[in-house]
Order: sequence, then C-alpha cells, then structure tokens
Amino acid sequence: MGHGGGGALSAELVEHLFAPAFGGEVLAQLGDSAALSLGGVRLAFSTDSYVVRPLFFPGGSIGDLAVNGTVNDLAMSGAAAAYLSCGFILEEGVEVSVVARVAEALGAAARAAGVEVATGDTKVVESGHGDGVYINTAGIGLIPDGVDLRPQRVVPGDVVIVSGEIGLHGVAIMSVREGLEFGVDVESDCAALGGLVRTMLAVTPDLHVLRDPTRGGLAASLNEIAAASGTGVVIHEGRVPVPAAVGNACAILGLDPLYVANEGKLVAFVPREHADAVLDAMRAHPLGRHAAVIGEAVSAHPGLVVARTGLGGTRVVDLPIGEQLPRIC
Amino acid sequence: MKYIDEFQDPELARRLLDDIHATVTRPWALMEVCGGQTHTIIRHGIDQLLPEQVELIHGPGCPVCVTPLEVIDKALEIASRPDVIFCSFGDMLRVPGTGRDLFQVRSEGGDVRVVYSPLDALRIAQDNPGREVVFFGIGFETTAPPNAMTVYQAKKLGIRNFSLLVSHVRVPPAIEAIMRSPSCRVQGFLAAGHVCSVMGVGEYPELAARHRVPIVVTGFEPLDILEGVRRAVRQLERGEHTVDNAYARAVRPEGNPAALAMLEDVFEVTDRAWRGIGVIPDSGWRLSARYREYDAEHRFSVTGIKTLEPAECRSGEVLQGLLKPHECEAFGTLCTPRSPLGATMVSSEGACAAYYLYRRLELTPATTAVSPEASPVA
Repeated sequence: MGHGGGGALSAELVEHLFAPAFGGEVLAQLGDSAALSLGGVRLAFSTDSYVVRPLFFPGGSIGDLAVNGTVNDLAMSGAAAAYLSCGFILEEGVEVSVVARVAEALGAAARAAGVEVATGDTKVVESGHGDGVYINTAGIGLIPDGVDLRPQRVVPGDVVIVSGEIGLHGVAIMSVREGLEFGVDVESDCAALGGLVRTMLAVTPDLHVLRDPTRGGLAASLNEIAAASGTGVVIHEGRVPVPAAVGNACAILGLDPLYVANEGKLVAFVPREHADAVLDAMRAHPLGRHAAVIGEAVSAHPGLVVARTGLGGTRVVDLPIGEQLPRIC
Repeated sequence: MKYIDEFQDPELARRLLDDIHATVTRPWALMEVCGGQTHTIIRHGIDQLLPEQVELIHGPGCPVCVTPLEVIDKALEIASRPDVIFCSFGDMLRVPGTGRDLFQVRSEGGDVRVVYSPLDALRIAQDNPGREVVFFGIGFETTAPPNAMTVYQAKKLGIRNFSLLVSHVRVPPAIEAIMRSPSCRVQGFLAAGHVCSVMGVGEYPELAARHRVPIVVTGFEPLDILEGVRRAVRQLERGEHTVDNAYARAVRPEGNPAALAMLEDVFEVTDRAWRGIGVIPDSGWRLSARYREYDAEHRFSVTGIKTLEPAECRSGEVLQGLLKPHECEAFGTLCTPRSPLGATMVSSEGACAAYYLYRRLELTPATTAVSPEASPVA
C-alpha cells in the first residue's frame, strides 16, 4: 500500500520500474502531465486513476475527483483542459443508483471545469475485487505560447506561494472513513484549478513551476521540486495556512499537516520580481483567497526542503516514505 | 488553534529561553523521558535554541521502540493466522520483527487492521463472531487504561473471540534503572505529563530524593518543554531535587482514580523486557488471573520464538541516553526509516527517526548548514 501513498515508495516505483520499462524522453520528465509537441501544437497530456473510500465524502465524490484531479494535472503545465476520457471499473453488485450519482457528479464537475468528456469505457469486475467504483480519466489541453512550467526552471531566489489552506481533503476523508469526528466539519477542498492558473499566467507567463500537492501533501510536492531542480527550499512553518480543524485533527492523530493530501490547492515557484503581483491576483480569485508566501528557493542544501520553525529552529522536511501512520499516544 | 497555538507562541518561547539563558551557570544534562517530547524538541529545534550548557538526553519513553522483538514476532505469527483479525495502532505496522513487519503480513494476506481505539477492535470482534480478534496492547501508563477497559468490557459483555497481546510497560522503574546505571549522566528529568495524568505523581518524590535529581512533570508542546527545562535548571542551579508539576492543566497529584481502578482490576505488575535494554524488575503489566483467558499469548500458544537483533543496532544505548542517534555507525547508512535496524528508527516517537527526519542537514557532512540567504522572505 505504501507504494500508492505519493511518497518515496511511489517515486521509486515510477522511476526504477515503470519509467525504464516504458522508455521515452517525455515520460522521463516525470511531471504531473506530459508536455508534447504535435504538429507544431504544444499539448499537455495526463492520466490518473481514482480510488477512494467512501465514494461520497464531505465536499465531493469520486466523480468530482476524477475530473478535478486530471484537470489540475494539466493546469500544472499551464494548460486549460479541453477533453477528458473516462474509464469506469465497476464492482459486481454496486447499485446502479450509486453509479448514476457518481456519473452525475462527474458530469457536473466537467461542466464546471469547462472540459468535455469525449470518450469512455466501462468494465465490470467480480464482487470482492473492487471498492464499488474505480475511475480512470485522461485529459488533453493546449499549453499557451510563452508558458514553460518545469522544476528545472526554478532558481535560488524564487518565491514559494501556496494557493490556500492545506490538509482539508485528507482530514475530510479521514473523518468519514475512520469514523473520527473533530468537533468541526471539515470539507474536502476538491476543485478545478484551471481558472486560478489562468489568472496567475495573466499576470506573468514566466511562472517557473506549479504543482498540485495531492497525495503526500505539500511536503511531497516541495521535495519533488527540490530534487528535480537541484535547488534547496526553505519554508517558514508559521506562514503555511493550516485551518484550525486540520491542525487539531493532525495534533490528535500525530500527523503533520504538511503531509496531508489536498485536492484543490497548488504550490507555485515564482520569480521574486513577479511574486507580489501574482499573490495579489491569486487572492482576488475565489480559489486563492488564502494564498500565502511560505518560503523561497535557495542555493544551500540542494535537493532538500528545510522548515524554519515558529520558535526559530530549523528542521528537514523529508519526502514521506508511504502513508503517514497515526501515533499510539 | 485553541489549546495548541497558545503553547507554541514564539514570543512566550523567547521569554522562557531568555530566562533559561540567564539562569544557567554551568553544564546540566536533562533527560526527557517520553519520545513525544523528543519529537517536539527536535521538530521545533528547541535543542538548537537552548544554552550550550543544557544538554537534552533522550529517554526510553517510546512505546513502539521498547516493545521487545520477541513480542513483535509473536504479533507477526498471530496476525498470519487465517482465522485472526489482528488490530493495532498504526505506528506498530512498520516496526521490524525478525525479517518482516505487520505491513508485510498484510500484503501476504493476513487480516491486519489499523484502529484508533481498542474499543474499535472489540466492535470488530462483535461483528465477526466466527473469527478471533486480537488487539496489540502496547505502551506506557497512557495506553494501558483504555486497553484494560476493553478487556473489562469484553468480559462483561461475554465476548469470547477477543484477546489482548499485551506488552505494557511502566515509567518509574525505567527511571530507577537509568539512574542505577554506572554510566548515567542524567541530572534531572522531564517526566512525561500524560503518564502522570493517569498515575499521578506519587511514585516520583522517593525517586527524586533517592537519586537527588529534580523531576519536573512536563507536557508536550514547545512551551511545555521550555517551562520544564526552565524549572529543572532552576532547581539544579539551587541544588534542589524535588518533584515539580509544570503540567497542572492536565495532571492532578492523585492522577485519574477511575483509570487507576481499572488498571488495578485488569492488570498486575510484572517484570518486563524492554527492547534494547533488557528485563527491568516490576516494569510492566500483564493481565491479572481473573482476565487471563483474554491473553493472546495463552490463547495462541506463541512459544518457542527465537529472536535475532541486528548486531549493528545500538538502539538500546540510545534509549538509555548513553548514545545520541547520529553517533551510531549505522545511522543514516545501514539504518534509515526505509530499512530500519531497530524500532527507534521507524517509530514516529523514536529518537533515531527524529534525528533522521529533522536533523539530516546538520548530521550529513556532505551538506552545508542553512545559509544566510535562507532568511525570511517578505
């Protein structure tokens, strides 16, 4: 299971097993989506599979995730998603009404994101071989001229901006999956980020890299960027927006909000001279109201992410190994 | 964040630090007993902010770390049985037994489940009357009462398919063992606040007097730790050695009478082995005779287990405060959270894990320290 957690084990599986087996220069870039050139047109192309229990959770459903997740992967290349494919894997015995609710949620999310489901597929597996519904989506979109979002473009001095409060999706899922209640209702932040990215690119097409910190959380995304760019990253813990309910839930369970999954947030590395204008534009967008500068890229400690603690100490923020495990006491 | 932010306030922390700096005149070695305190210290960089004369020594209080390899192997054997649903807190799943861990048992088909309360395991037993449900009952005085309550409930409700694999340990005998060690350097203790919230402080005055060490009952947030250090250092500078409760918001001197009654009913004190340390007299609990039928070791007859500790692992010395994690030759090379030799590297409260996760920057010679350019941005 650890290999699916979005941490070090996931990265090793992709880098050491899949990438060598499949070959190809495009795949070797290991971005959230692949940047392609086809007939002189620059395309972003991405696929993701969605496995979540329960299928419906506070703030969304597997249908919303299946659209927003892939739309966001494309958005991290600067592309507006144009078309999606959609593959349903249904477990024998799942109620048709459940499938219908998922499909309706998926359709509504697609319309909201301005993307069309253009092709699809359905398979049914035997009872006991699935969690009701699995969905795979793939998407394509155009990358605007002048936009080149890659971790290799990050340079020391870049400002790190996160688009809002972190940890909501992971805590919302835990609250319903494990029967935990935290005194406050926490809803998933599941949302399509294409509009927010377009707003940011309108300020400057010269953003260096974008990532949506899903599994493995903000810590995993920052580590991926640090490793791929060869720069160090310093964040200031006190500046990372963590909602009270998420902070409390994490404190109770012994988890670190930096590692908790998000489904509607992005982290951006922005040239310092554009940072203020980009931040202002983000805060004017509904999905960027709580955007905050949380740190910067540095030349020291290449490949490592370091947090300055609220008290003035420092610590390494490592790539998680697999899923975080709740503590005993 | 109510009840959390208040105890992480940088301005209040600065005041406490200033007081500690002003008080200290010579070197002192304090042991924080609990692994949760160790992680707060390392995660927030508290040890970097204290005066050089104040050394924090990490104690044996990580329940995952001190669970003997033999017990882990028993858990692995029981969890592998097809008729068993094995329930555990999450952080036991990655702890290496001899050759494998509970995650591996699960990947091989074992029904291993993470629960957040032992009562969840009891509910699973009620829902699965045809299967044996075992809960992995480890930990200190903090986790023992709910586990005792669960066994009490099982008996009261007549649930026969539930049992406890028990490896509970007690803090005061461990402090006694540390102080008796000829190589002990500890001059004062930050006692674990959550343990005292259950047990009270009644066991500590005699320890403090006998070994002439201040014992300050301390919480787990950064300000709790700093206040604990401040009070311990003050006592040391004055030549005092009393028990001081710096965690009064959670700890009453008499502890929690209901929890104590439950412990007394269900458990009895016994000698216990501590991983990496050895057997400490009267340092553990086992199920009392009235509840012996709920003991998983008896029910599954897991005997004849031969354990093999990796020779390179020096976690026992780390747990006794005799060695800092990075002073172990295997640290960060042979032993990492990915391929741990000992539980101290894999437990979320383990001192080795804390150093590896948070301190690699200073401990890895190849990297440089945080440069001035890593200053706060506007």
